Amino acid sequence: MSFKGEFEDRQAENDALDSELQQVLANFRSSVHSWSEAAYIRPRTGLAASGRRRVWRLAVGWALGCALVAGGVSGGLYERHQRQETARIAAVHEAERQRQLAADRAREEEELLAKVDSDVSRQVPSAMEPLAQLMAEDETR
Amino acid sequence: MANAQEIAAEEFSTVVTTHRPQIFRFLLSSTRDVDLAETLTQECFLKAHRNWASFRGESTAMTWLMRIAINLQKDHWRNRRMQFWRHTQTNSVDLDEASDWLPSGESSAEQKLLAHERVGQVWKAVEGLSERQRTVFLLRYVEELELSEIAGATGLNEGTVKAHLSRALARVRKELGGSR
Repeated sequence: MSFKGEFEDRQAENDALDSELQQVLANFRSSVHSWSEAAYIRPRTGLAASGRRRVWRLAVGWALGCALVAGGVSGGLYERHQRQETARIAAVHEAERQRQLAADRAREEEELLAKVDSDVSRQVPSAMEPLAQLMAEDETR
Repeated sequence: MANAQEIAAEEFSTVVTTHRPQIFRFLLSSTRDVDLAETLTQECFLKAHRNWASFRGESTAMTWLMRIAINLQKDHWRNRRMQFWRHTQTNSVDLDEASDWLPSGESSAEQKLLAHERVGQVWKAVEGLSERQRTVFLLRYVEELELSEIAGATGLNEGTVKAHLSRALARVRKELGGSR
């Protein structure tokens, strides 16, 4: 574009901008220029303040991340330990129940046998008793 | 050969001295982050140095450098989109802080306050612009480049530059009008 064309463009643009907007844009430009000049010539001594802020944020981020990971891992371990403990207690209870059951069964069998023994010994037919006495006498003879 | 290299190095050194503040200013206004603007400015001149031999002078050195700076800035934001914690790491100063740098021409305290408020509103409008609109707006109203230079630096044609400028100005007007 020619210089004349640029000039006309600029003129048209300025006409479109009201004076207040022009003033605001000029202030905006000056403010950016001042800020940039100050930032450009600032002494660069090691870490700048915002650099330190960045390092702090990074450190805090890392610390939080580590805490989260540690929390997650220890939570998982605790959960696993709890499950193992519950399973162990359940196994002990089950073994105890089985032992109790076996003992009960043995006692019942013993009682049954005793009952059978006593019943059998009591049921000697009375009609055979004299014969039994004879047998005993024969034996003494 | 060595002499030609020396001349090229000297030319480049002059280019750095002349244009560094402007490139830094553009990147600072685009990012509102002093450290990032410094880093990108350094990268810009490093890239320019590597490609200095291929610069044929078809555009001005300023336009060429500005184009590199715009591309670097685009790459930076594209890469940051991939970062999970980009919000926690951002160092951009807030709009109020950016508006603190006012010229001392305003006479009364009331005028100063009003000017501070107005500049803050422009920053707010700039923040709401699209990347292209913002770049075009800053190149025009902060760097005071001509439309043809903006077109050269952004790779857009002049008509598109004008359209972006018009939309950006409409946004600024709306922001300023909203508080009147």
